[in-house]
Amino acid sequence: MKQLVILSGKGGTGKTSVAAAFADLLSPENAPFKTVLADADVDASNLELVLKPSVVEREKFWGGSVAEIDSDNCSACGICAEVCRFDAVSVKDDVYTVDPIACDGCAACVYQCPNEAISMKEQLAGEWYRSESLYGPLFHAMLIPAQENSGKLVTLVKQQARLLALDEAYDLVLVDGPPGIGCPVISAVSGANLALIVAEPTASGVHDMHRVLETTRHFGVEALICINKADIYLDGTNKIEEYCRKENIRMVGKIPFDLMVTESMIHGKPVTSYQSNSPASLAIRDVWTGVMKALKDQEL
Amino acid sequence: MIIAISSTDGKFNTEFSPRFGRCNFFIIVDTDTREWESKPNPALNARGGAGPQAVQFLSGAGVEATITGRYGPNAYTTLEAAGIRAYVAEAGTPEELLDAFLSGTLEEVSSATGEELHH
Amino acid sequence: MKIAIASGKGGTGKTTVATAFAQALSRKEYSVSLVDCDVEAPNAHIFIQPILDQFEDVNVLIPSVDADSCTGCGLCAEVCQFHAIVVIGGKTLVFPEMCHGCGSCTLVCPEQAISEIPNRLGVLEGGLSQEGIRFGHGILDIGEPMAVPVISKLKKWQNLMDAEIVVIDSPPGASCPVVESLRGADYIILVTEPTPFGLHDLRQAYQVTQVLGIPAGIIINRDGIGDTGVDQYSAEVGIDILMRIPLERKIGQGIAQGKSLLEVKPEYEKYFQQLYLQIGEALSSGNNL
Repeated sequence: MKQLVILSGKGGTGKTSVAAAFADLLSPENAPFKTVLADADVDASNLELVLKPSVVEREKFWGGSVAEIDSDNCSACGICAEVCRFDAVSVKDDVYTVDPIACDGCAACVYQCPNEAISMKEQLAGEWYRSESLYGPLFHAMLIPAQENSGKLVTLVKQQARLLALDEAYDLVLVDGPPGIGCPVISAVSGANLALIVAEPTASGVHDMHRVLETTRHFGVEALICINKADIYLDGTNKIEEYCRKENIRMVGKIPFDLMVTESMIHGKPVTSYQSNSPASLAIRDVWTGVMKALKDQEL
Repeated sequence: MIIAISSTDGKFNTEFSPRFGRCNFFIIVDTDTREWESKPNPALNARGGAGPQAVQFLSGAGVEATITGRYGPNAYTTLEAAGIRAYVAEAGTPEELLDAFLSGTLEEVSSATGEELHH
Repeated sequence: MKIAIASGKGGTGKTTVATAFAQALSRKEYSVSLVDCDVEAPNAHIFIQPILDQFEDVNVLIPSVDADSCTGCGLCAEVCQFHAIVVIGGKTLVFPEMCHGCGSCTLVCPEQAISEIPNRLGVLEGGLSQEGIRFGHGILDIGEPMAVPVISKLKKWQNLMDAEIVVIDSPPGASCPVVESLRGADYIILVTEPTPFGLHDLRQAYQVTQVLGIPAGIIINRDGIGDTGVDQYSAEVGIDILMRIPLERKIGQGIAQGKSLLEVKPEYEKYFQQLYLQIGEALSSGNNL
């Protein structure tokens, strides 16, 4: 059972559009790989908008905890404010309170309070879902806005996907990753056999592609690159191709800018299903061929 | 001695789990008697630091050696500190791996073999 | 005044708007700073081209255990909420990447066997752009999970935060790095694209502004690319649409080349200058625009 994660570094390069298209290309009749889908962008989970799944199971996600001061037992000594390194404790008229948004959940104040007046309260941080779609099972989540621990929710979504895949002998877990390179991305990358980086050839896109490539390297995950919106800036596309040649990174395709991608999104379908012969759809098929080859090559 | 083998389904005769920190079960085997039991991995849903927590669990169960596919750096460091020997294998059922262990054909590792799984 | 630029969905044009806004205001002779809080994937420097002359490491203090004084009591491991310190086999192990630098273990150790050492998470860089914009950004080290401490330290750089107008470019999403970037802002501009993905994520981002209790307005970028969902939502919820930037190949190509929006569409200079005045008025009167 293999795990493929789709990343980008920069947001908005087209990870979800590509992931949805892959889900379509992989769906039961088409595929050599029986696939479970996972949307690891828990802050902004968009895959469900084009896969239109039905939720079969939903579970609450309890994130970290935040400190709460019991004013009845508080002697206003101020030690909590002194030890807090996250500027989460404030005082007004001798009443000490913890700002739940600033609170890191470290509980240092709990252990230092001489009156045991502080306790940790678990935070409901979101929900995760197991759903069924035309394209197979989908695991996704919703992080309650402004909550922490999105990395842990990503881990949970992936784990559930992996467990189902192992239980029912699926061949592949396909993970639609989040933007950036921090905690949620690291959680999305962990355990992946292969990362597909969807790059865009813009100045920002190339800059961030390098950052995410360094990240996959750091974690020892093989990366492939495809260039989305490849025709909007040929200089950028050439730069990326040259870099891949030099560094021996497999470039698996170039997808042109195609308004059909947005149109298919509006109609709630993967672009390859909505219009299978549009320029983007054709290019994505090629990218998929490259990815499949890379997955098979790994088995050798 | 008591050894532990990472497992997905807790069975002795099905393919082992190549992952250590977040495998579903550990097969705990007494190498002298070949008696075995399957214990759920308490670190499976750990909020963070699954590897070290799994090691603490196994250490508490008297395990002296572990067999899995790969170890993250934190798991390995903890095994080393606990004095537990770490072995790796590419494939096999717990029963086959027990035999390999007893015949001395398993590879022992002296450093982390997998990528860091920070969560 | 502190104005933050956020979005929810990535790639909607936050940096495009933040940089254009900062440039437009500095041309009106305000003292302006641009703070790029997207420390995982910072891009604003590409468009503003600051001359960087200020550098500061961002460190988290992590525990260092004196093995001789340590009795293996395990209290440190008990209080650690993040599994960053573990006692096993008579040894105390520290896992730096899990550590939040809270100092709790150091405080509780009965033998005072723990001291703290700096662990680098990233770096802050700052300087002036040729147009006199005070610039600062943070860069998270590769492989480091936690963006928040880097953002937090960046927002404590006084010379940035003291400017008359502080423009904050925030990362995409709706979780803690975004919250850390937006905290303390007087107004938040949500940049979105008029598509189903844009709308879905805009809802998340808007909730963040509500949780923080900061007034917000919307800029629609790539107007014309999608549908009217965002317009309908804004009307329903009562958020003002401050500006529309059309979908134009010329703009896309300019940004792709690293040119600022004002270079490609100079007329936006006065639009952003007007926008600033409108935001100011709205804040002082407590009304929408």
